[in-house]
Amino acid sequence: MAEERRQKQCTVVVPTESMKAIAESVGVGQLQEESCVALSEEVSYRIKEIAQDALKFMHHGKRRKLTTSDIDNALKLKNVEPLYGFQSQEFIPFRFASGGGRELHFYEEKEVDLSDIINTPLPRVPLDVSLKAHWLSIEGVQPSIPENPPPASKEQQKTESTEPLKVVKPGQEDDASIQGKGQGATSADGKGKDKGSIRLKPRSTHELSVEQQLYYKEITEACVGSCEAKRAEALQSIATDPGLYQMLPRFSTFISEGVRVNVVQNNLALLIYLMRMVKALMDNPTLYLEKYLHELIPAVVTCIVSKQLCLRPDVDNHWALRDFAARLMAQSCKTFSTTTNNIQSRITKTFTKSWLDEKTQWTTRYGCIAGLAELGADVIKTLILPRLTIEGARIKAVMEGPVVSNIDKIGADHVQSLLLKHCASVIAKIRPQPDMVEQYRVDYGYLGPMLCSHVMKARTQAALQAQQVNRTTLTITQPRPTLSVSQSGMGGSTGSRTPSIIKVPSSLTLMSPRPGTPSQPSPPATKYIVMTTSGGATSTQQVITLSSSQSASSITSTVPSASSALQPLVKLESGSGPGLTASRPLQKYIVVSLPSSASSSLEPKSTVLPTSISSTLLDAGMKMERSESPGASTQSPH
Amino acid sequence: MAAIQGGVVDADEEKDIKSEPASDGWANNNSSDGKVLSASPGSSAPAVGIKPAAGAPEDQQTLLAVLQFLKKNKLTESVDILRREAGLPEDSAKGADSSGAGSGGAAGGGDAEGADASSLLSRVTVSSSAAAAAQAPTKASAGEDQPDVNVVLSAYSQQGDPPLYQVYYSGLKRFIETVLDCHRAELSQVYYPLFVHMYLELVYNNHESEAKAFFDKFSGDQECYYADDLRILSSLTKKEHMRGNETLLDFRTSKFVLRISRDSYQLLKRHLQERQNNQIWTIIQEHLYIDIFDGIPRGKSQIDAMSGSLAGEAKREANKAKVYYGLLKEPEIELPLDDEDEEAENEEGKPKKKKPKKDSMGSKSKKQDPNAPVQTRIPLPELKDSDKLDKIMYMKEATKRIRVGPDNLPSICFYSFLNAYQGLTAVDFTDDSSLIAGGFADSTVRIWSVTPKKLRKVKSAADLNLIDKESDDVLERIMDEKTASESKVLHGHSGPVYGISFSPDRNYLLSSSEDCTIRLWSLLTFTCLVGYKGHNYPVWDTQFSPHGHYFISGGHDRVARLWATDHYQPLRMFSGHLADITCTRFHPNSNYVATGSSDRTIRLWDVLNGNCVRILTGHKGPIHALAFSPNGKFLASGATDGRVLLWDIGHGLMFAELKGHTDTIYSLKFSRDGEILASGSMDYTVRLWDATKAFDDLETDDFTAATGHVHLQENSQELLLGTYMTKSTPVIHLHFTRRNLLLAAGAYNP
Repeated sequence: MAEERRQKQCTVVVPTESMKAIAESVGVGQLQEESCVALSEEVSYRIKEIAQDALKFMHHGKRRKLTTSDIDNALKLKNVEPLYGFQSQEFIPFRFASGGGRELHFYEEKEVDLSDIINTPLPRVPLDVSLKAHWLSIEGVQPSIPENPPPASKEQQKTESTEPLKVVKPGQEDDASIQGKGQGATSADGKGKDKGSIRLKPRSTHELSVEQQLYYKEITEACVGSCEAKRAEALQSIATDPGLYQMLPRFSTFISEGVRVNVVQNNLALLIYLMRMVKALMDNPTLYLEKYLHELIPAVVTCIVSKQLCLRPDVDNHWALRDFAARLMAQSCKTFSTTTNNIQSRITKTFTKSWLDEKTQWTTRYGCIAGLAELGADVIKTLILPRLTIEGARIKAVMEGPVVSNIDKIGADHVQSLLLKHCASVIAKIRPQPDMVEQYRVDYGYLGPMLCSHVMKARTQAALQAQQVNRTTLTITQPRPTLSVSQSGMGGSTGSRTPSIIKVPSSLTLMSPRPGTPSQPSPPATKYIVMTTSGGATSTQQVITLSSSQSASSITSTVPSASSALQPLVKLESGSGPGLTASRPLQKYIVVSLPSSASSSLEPKSTVLPTSISSTLLDAGMKMERSESPGASTQSPH
Repeated sequence: MAAIQGGVVDADEEKDIKSEPASDGWANNNSSDGKVLSASPGSSAPAVGIKPAAGAPEDQQTLLAVLQFLKKNKLTESVDILRREAGLPEDSAKGADSSGAGSGGAAGGGDAEGADASSLLSRVTVSSSAAAAAQAPTKASAGEDQPDVNVVLSAYSQQGDPPLYQVYYSGLKRFIETVLDCHRAELSQVYYPLFVHMYLELVYNNHESEAKAFFDKFSGDQECYYADDLRILSSLTKKEHMRGNETLLDFRTSKFVLRISRDSYQLLKRHLQERQNNQIWTIIQEHLYIDIFDGIPRGKSQIDAMSGSLAGEAKREANKAKVYYGLLKEPEIELPLDDEDEEAENEEGKPKKKKPKKDSMGSKSKKQDPNAPVQTRIPLPELKDSDKLDKIMYMKEATKRIRVGPDNLPSICFYSFLNAYQGLTAVDFTDDSSLIAGGFADSTVRIWSVTPKKLRKVKSAADLNLIDKESDDVLERIMDEKTASESKVLHGHSGPVYGISFSPDRNYLLSSSEDCTIRLWSLLTFTCLVGYKGHNYPVWDTQFSPHGHYFISGGHDRVARLWATDHYQPLRMFSGHLADITCTRFHPNSNYVATGSSDRTIRLWDVLNGNCVRILTGHKGPIHALAFSPNGKFLASGATDGRVLLWDIGHGLMFAELKGHTDTIYSLKFSRDGEILASGSMDYTVRLWDATKAFDDLETDDFTAATGHVHLQENSQELLLGTYMTKSTPVIHLHFTRRNLLLAAGAYNP
């Protein structure tokens, strides 16, 4: 291997064609073949020489990257004029051309309009060098602060928890793992090594430094305190801070204890705060929670299935908490379930068991279904769909039977909408069209007709989405977005307009994968008018209301079945699908953002979960909850 | 000693004058008579001195030969007269002189004495070429040094049958593979130099394809630590390329030194003579210096520990000179401030015995250390009042010093340079850790105050006239409050700043740059005071002497220069390295300087006479960090290969190898008591090593001292006390405060 490489080093020379091309570029017409060979060897040698000198400058510049200035300096060293003023925006500025049996790479020199350069706004002035001090180590122990790398990498935490026997032994790690291996283990390695390498417990879980204790206190207080802004900050810190590894056991105990106490006291708000902490911990890319699931999972499950979570079950929105916790549960199943711990199957069993119990309350029932449903389409298919008929009968009994208690009625109502919501999309996938109401009634009993309409809705939606995905760069990532497209007939007036630049409205950030924290008031539903101008034909204008609300009744009616003729799409770039551009060569879209006149259905909300909230808003509220993120700035891929 | 050299022809011998490192320094003439280090007016611009010599080679060289002959016979007056007559600058004579002496040394004393005029002549011719080689990358055009190169290369002109080279080499290989195990490791040292010289011979004689085949066949056999040189060799395929190739010149101008036991050597010799393998035998005699010792042959690990440098191991006698590594006695200063008394005493520069008030400074015994140089061995600047105050501060701080050790690791405070855009090239802290300076690739030098005390300039001359010079706080009054700021930028260089160093009194700052200059900056006015010109190529490093006044610099021109701040020309030039000098450090007693180089050797130079007193080989990559232990006994060095080596200066031996870093080590520092060694590297880590344990393990018996064979223990993991990762910030400087807090610095590199 090494020899091969060395041989290559020995033989690499610039091709003689390059010599010819270069000769031609400076006006030497016919170059002898021998001269070319001699030249190319000489040139290769000189280039290597310069590269070697440039390396020296790189080393003394304390860098790993060779820069153009290194080469300039090396040229200067050889008493050769350095290259002045060469810069290129692109990585490789050469263009390729062939013709007449010749292949050429040439340097494309574009004509530059000076006024363009003059008129472009100046780039921001680079920041000046500054000096910042932090503690890399305090008496041999590296503090866990953002300035230091995380003490134990996620991989290491993972191996520690899943394969305790394979824990990297100090002094035996290879070079690669030195990089990843944090300080947590190495600080005392020098001492601990002689005694042998068996460590009974990972050392990192022990004492906290004073700073860490302070931090822990501040964070936990902020998380359950009354100030929402502070809470957002604290949650963001939990979700991003790399040094929390050592505090994890404290946090998990804090959460599980907190849930235990607050469930008894029916303190809904605190339970929500604690669940958000769990969410933040899970979002932290440097933490691996496996070791603490035994504390976290019971707490989360409690928040899903507990009989009572709030003081006034009839008005308080504990359903949202259940949904949120269920999603957390699903997330941890997805992340941590292995063949050894079997989290997912154990959780599924728990949920199914209590759901099947006749005496189970509606609240718990709701939680069980939510928990199962979040686990994915397969679980819904195998566990929930077969029981739809039974569950439907039960709901019917409460809804249409004698009014026993208002609470039961609300519960049944919620269970119903939950089932509809989750089952519709699954049925839409597995059931062939057409959707017959009667057939549904036979298959699913009481819930059949409602399911049928939901399924139809889901189908049209899916079709719409498919179009969207195909042809736009704007991806709508809300779980079940609804586009209500209403057509207005003002096409004639806009026919002459052919705007070319589409400005993305700022409120589009609503659609970004990670909207801001839920504490911010969500912007009102924005309307986009999509104007289509196609080759002199009558233009049409469509108003797309991107609303987060899902259960608005008007939606179903306005979904145009003729969507294939009038593509409602928001187009940002000209990279549309080839099939489409072929049929409509001259299509331009303008997206205009309208003030929300018709968006009264979605009020700006300032709190996550108001204690009483009408049922139509619930979904919206939860949606925001779902997209809750530690901060819009962290762009970690989800 | 080198018994084999006897059989070699004189002329061949003397082409390699560079092989005697001890005398190839610019041994100054005044070393014998005056103890005063001053740049004599005659010694101006030595580089210039070379050029005329090369310009009119014939006449000048004849003159030089005569001069040298006269000198040999102690006819100093005639020397002076002749020199004046000929208008020769003193230096060129000196240069020729010293290198000529070098050749004499290599040939052995008797040789030189009995040499006739013609051999002298030839020697001088060669020596001038060698001088050019030492200055190899002079900006002079190829035409100027062409004859010299030809002289150097001409040794390759006798050639054998090119296809037979492979046969010869593999024959030798087969022989070495079949000898007894105990000799194999020693004899396989021969592979690499032989391979290189055979390859060069083939290339020189225009057997391009044979050379390539030879290279392809055998380059894989060479030790991995020669990979860098092999890469350079591989690109060299034509005779024309050999001209001006520095690596090649290194090979030709210096003999590759091997240490081989007598038994092994006899074995090799017998084999080669039996087989009539003259080709190889000639190469060994011409280009290799075999240092024969009596005793048991060395093992593979012993050889590997010491080899790796560009020109083989150091000869044993190169490290025999006595080094006064002890510390100078600290001037006695009364802690209570009664200045009148003090001043009178310290005017002399040497305080008389006074009631010592030392406490924690155990290292400074009252008795003169037998290993310490005489206090006045080199003249040191007198202590000023402010220096004395600083010394007092130092002592006060030292009493509060934390005792660090394996059980009490130092805390590390890391200074990150933000928004440096990869442009941070050098960092230095003042000794009292109040200022931090950074050199940048954009040619600027920036200074920050780390303490709340802001940086202020001295008032302008007009304003200075107004202040009351009698007042007590006059030093405070001369500062201009309006200019107070936390950082200052110094503009002046025209290339990246690669070296930076504060003066001990914090009044000056030195910076060395790619623009071939070293600049002295005032930290009172924040302006440039002097630009020291003398280096012809980028200056990689510079450092102030611990006593101030002197400083050392080294760069791409392979010559380290010793300067005094009040002279614009160097006082000493230390030449002998075969590649760039990458780092320079002063010994704590200011009598010696250590230089690390890309030729993978470290040399220790005597400031007094310019001699090279130690050559330390063992690194496998260019050396980028050096540090003396506070007691002056030990030296630590770090290289691109990520290893730290510890050296015992007294014996010139390596005694520990610290493995752990995975990338270039850019910084090394001992704690103030010398108990902990900190190393900072490109691999984003700071590591702490147990220096005390390493020193304790050192037991040097007479045998080791005599033979120079080292046994290294594989104990770097035991010596490693801690590893601290930074967040993608290469560690390029380390500094222990007076209280043993470790400061580290680097540029954050997202």
